[in-house]
Amino acid sequence: MKVKLGLILIMMFISSILAGCEPLLVLNPKGPQAETTANVIWISIFTMAVIVIVVITLLIIMVYKYRASKQSEDYEPPHIEGNPLVETIIVAIPVIIVIFLSIVSVKSTYEVESVPEGYENEDPLVIYASSSNWKWHFSYPEQDIETVNYVIMPTNRPIEFRLYSYGPITSFWIPQLAGQKYAMADMVTKINLVAETPGDYPGRNANFSGEGFAKNSFVATALTPEEFDKWIDEIHSTAEPLTEEEFDQLLEPGHLGQLTFTGTHLEFAPAPEGEHAGHHHGTSEDDNDNENHSNSLIIK
Amino acid sequence: MKLDKTGPLEYSTQQNQMNILGFWIFLGAEIMLFGTLFASYFTLENGVGNGPTGAEIFEIAPVIWETIILLTSSFTIGLAVHAMRINRKNATLTFLAITLVLGLAFLGIEIYEFTHYYHVGATLQTSAFTAILLTTLGTHGAHVTFGLFWGAFIFLQIKKRGFTPETTNKSFIFSLYWHFLDVVWIFIFSFIYLKGLM
Amino acid sequence: MEFFERFAIPHPSPLIYASMVGIGLTVIAIVIGLTYFKKWGYLWREWLTTVDHKRIGLMYIISAILMLFRGGVDGIMMRLQTAVPDNTFLDAQHYNEVFTTHGIVMIIFMAMAFIIGMMNFVVPLQIGARDVAFPRLNAISFWLYFAGAMLFNISFVIGGSPDAGWTNYFPLAGTDFSQSVGVNYYMWALQISGLGTLMTGINFIVTILKMRAPGMTLMKMPMFTWSALITNVIIVFAFPVLTIALLMGTFDRQFGTHFFASTNGGMDMLWANLFWVWGHPEVYILILPAFGVYSEVIATFSSRNLYGYKSMVGSMVLISFMSFLVWVHHFFTMGHGPLVNGIFSVTTMAIAVPTGIKIFNWLLTMWKGKIRFTVPMLYSIGFIPLFTIGGVTGVMLAIASADYQYHNTMFLVAHFHNVIIPGVVFAMLAGLTYWWPKMFGFMLNERIGKWGFWFLSIGFCLAFFPMYITGLDGQARRMFTYSAETGFGPLNMVSFIGAALMAIAFILIVYNVYYSFRYAPRNVGQDPWDARSLEWATHNPVPEYNFAVTPEVNSSQAFWDSKKNNHQLFKEKRSKIHMPNNSGVPVIMAGFFFVFGFSFVFSIWIGVIIAALGIFACMAYRTFENDHGRYISLKEIEETEKKYGGAK
Repeated sequence: MKVKLGLILIMMFISSILAGCEPLLVLNPKGPQAETTANVIWISIFTMAVIVIVVITLLIIMVYKYRASKQSEDYEPPHIEGNPLVETIIVAIPVIIVIFLSIVSVKSTYEVESVPEGYENEDPLVIYASSSNWKWHFSYPEQDIETVNYVIMPTNRPIEFRLYSYGPITSFWIPQLAGQKYAMADMVTKINLVAETPGDYPGRNANFSGEGFAKNSFVATALTPEEFDKWIDEIHSTAEPLTEEEFDQLLEPGHLGQLTFTGTHLEFAPAPEGEHAGHHHGTSEDDNDNENHSNSLIIK
Repeated sequence: MKLDKTGPLEYSTQQNQMNILGFWIFLGAEIMLFGTLFASYFTLENGVGNGPTGAEIFEIAPVIWETIILLTSSFTIGLAVHAMRINRKNATLTFLAITLVLGLAFLGIEIYEFTHYYHVGATLQTSAFTAILLTTLGTHGAHVTFGLFWGAFIFLQIKKRGFTPETTNKSFIFSLYWHFLDVVWIFIFSFIYLKGLM
Repeated sequence: MEFFERFAIPHPSPLIYASMVGIGLTVIAIVIGLTYFKKWGYLWREWLTTVDHKRIGLMYIISAILMLFRGGVDGIMMRLQTAVPDNTFLDAQHYNEVFTTHGIVMIIFMAMAFIIGMMNFVVPLQIGARDVAFPRLNAISFWLYFAGAMLFNISFVIGGSPDAGWTNYFPLAGTDFSQSVGVNYYMWALQISGLGTLMTGINFIVTILKMRAPGMTLMKMPMFTWSALITNVIIVFAFPVLTIALLMGTFDRQFGTHFFASTNGGMDMLWANLFWVWGHPEVYILILPAFGVYSEVIATFSSRNLYGYKSMVGSMVLISFMSFLVWVHHFFTMGHGPLVNGIFSVTTMAIAVPTGIKIFNWLLTMWKGKIRFTVPMLYSIGFIPLFTIGGVTGVMLAIASADYQYHNTMFLVAHFHNVIIPGVVFAMLAGLTYWWPKMFGFMLNERIGKWGFWFLSIGFCLAFFPMYITGLDGQARRMFTYSAETGFGPLNMVSFIGAALMAIAFILIVYNVYYSFRYAPRNVGQDPWDARSLEWATHNPVPEYNFAVTPEVNSSQAFWDSKKNNHQLFKEKRSKIHMPNNSGVPVIMAGFFFVFGFSFVFSIWIGVIIAALGIFACMAYRTFENDHGRYISLKEIEETEKKYGGAK
């Protein structure tokens, strides 16, 4: 008996922590994408809690009511093959729950993959986020600047992160703004998100990528559009331009602090998209001759 | 040992029946094995990198010969099993021997094919496409090579021991294996060579 | 000297040197012990060359328990390292090796071996057979598994452990980013033991389809046998995929191919796909036999027949089929768009339906029953709520949009431990306790067993439930450390305490074996649990030939019917029994496989060639061998039966 009570207490403990004073990152969204997922998570937690409670209640009833010590010595349990009605019910209930959650899942997946509602008509800010062991490089082609290990974006404007990797598969993740997406060497993946509240949000690579993985993190800062423009202007007046040699050095395995440059590495080392898809980019010079070949590559 | 006199000798004991069923299940696993290779082939088919494409390196003549030879060997192993069923030892041995010689010829042409690929610069290291091509062909070729030794050992056993529940059972299972390799080859022929040449 | 340099550990530490000394001393102690007690001959005749399914089963189970401790130590080390922020007990490289080997050892060498061992011991008894269909092949399966396990385990003292995670994603696992031979070990250890598993699959399908006792139709098989049949079907279709993936991985690492590289047309995503096309069915390979064990245990200790037999079978068939249609959910975040993710999200959730049916059927089996709280039953009762929590978090993970937030976090780690530990580990402990008298002829102590259960269950909850929370708070998995500001510290400490309690539980379980071996009474009779299925119709421990007379069966609980409904199990007269001969070929062949794998790992081609020739020589020997088995005479059977005091 104590187990079951204990389990219920644990469940209550968990939900109190989940809803507790200091909200968990994933459940403390600062943009519409993360908000959608947080809502979906809450819906699923409540639905699932019902199932868990039903199962535990049934188990408690069975174990309590039919324990041997409570029954007479000569009680012979009956032979019961099964009952079509009961079995239909135990099939139907999970089916209904699964159908409900399937609809939630498909609908919300389409939502978080597209530009958030209400922002469809705005011109997105494109930021290329590329990972190398064990850093994140953020290139702003529009603003012509590049940062390392931190990214600053304006609030209330759709941001399109284009992700790829100089090495192992990594996973780009800012829990409070949107879910993860892999960054890979031979293709570009995309995350659409909007930050609605200014602030600093932790971000990291969530996919194991070797020795320096634990510290492969960055800070994502959302500024008001005015402050964002001010920040851009400031960088253009203070930062050094990013040269190819310097970029190659940045790619060397290791950890770096936060760095800022004008210009982006995309100019001399384009992202693996369009005609550059399917190429390795650590050795961009060698590959230049073969670019015609890459047109024929179909990487799904 | 209980002998069932009604069916063919290779099915006569329970162990024999289990061996045959077990081998069929093994062939199911082999289908998954080659299925995975084919799936990987279709995925990597266009991953030619700096290397040649299939159309650039495939030669139709040796492939046609390989196909004819392997199909014929599948026919002769069928004849061998038939001869075994009507208890004709010498005929069985002859057809088994022909099968093995044809298998050897197939392997010879395949080795020629591989050296050709090597000379035109399509090695295991060239690109993902050449690697999966050579791995798929090589896996089939390795199966044929294994089959040659296996068949030769069965030949010796029939020669020495005649038709027993064991030797007939082994021969029948070997024939299943050989037919299976033929089926795989038909897929290789259609989906690798013909598709690549088109 | 240069030749030997390759065997050096690339990243040594005092811990590893200590393990080297430990391993060396253990081996010396075993050799001296065997020599001193003159047990070499006994070991060779009775165990190394055995083809008896019961002994092979026991060897699997013993190996699995050894591997449980190896993997358990890895687990404790991980929890210790992450118990406090910025801990320096392990460095990043060691931590990476430890979680990689923890995963492989627990899945492939512990859980797989445990379930296969259990199937080996129980299935032929449950269907009234003398042995499996191919006893010799069965021995090869075990010895290949063992060779693979040993190959994997020497990696950390010779050449270095794999460090790219048990999922071993390329390009991280390629030579660019993982230079030591560790991943080569991964490839060959899995390849060799996987080959053994595939043969087990074939062997058991044939055994179950062809060797059932008269009267036992498919729908009259005990549920554990059903689960074994379906599991083995999954094995046969899933393992060849792994074979090819590993082969391609080996080629990439050792022959410079570009299958999974990002240059020259390779595709890193192909590995992830192939791995999980095998990997997801593998999850069901582990859990279905566990379901089988629970079905037996719950029916026995509720003194009820299993509720909804047909829907139990149907749901397992459905699970096996669907297990091949969900693999993409392991990488929803790879960017294949909402349509593909949506489809796989729905198929994944759909698996919850047959699983739910089973949970309700177990509950309904207890209904109107007479429940006895023995140790196996406690594990089963603990399993139901804990596995339900694991199952529902699985459904949560299946929601693709939400998975973008759970993926690669401790939430996921919590989920899969939440299904594997209460699912597989509890089942194996329940099954081991339940069938222990069948194996050894005495019972395990109930009181110590119950202590073990409570420590394990509470330890489990403490160790893994906090991970759901830290996962939602953004703690990624596989991080060797974290800073104090993240706030993950306290909950990770709770996890460590839970892991320590689980360690105590396993020590108690081992102590129980020792205690019961010394003090438990030996005359437990034939039916100590008041059980239902056919394996209990023979003696404890089981004689070599299993049943003196082949039983005749009328239902899925034939033994129960013989006790309560006057069903006559044994009608035929006793006669001599045909048994297979022992053979040393399997263990020798596996030895060659070990040398093959080891040489391949280090690219010592001469060793590879010699070992390959050895393997083929063993095969050739087998085909020319004329072995018709042997007979146990009627006199010998009578004597054995008299010794057991039964007249079965």
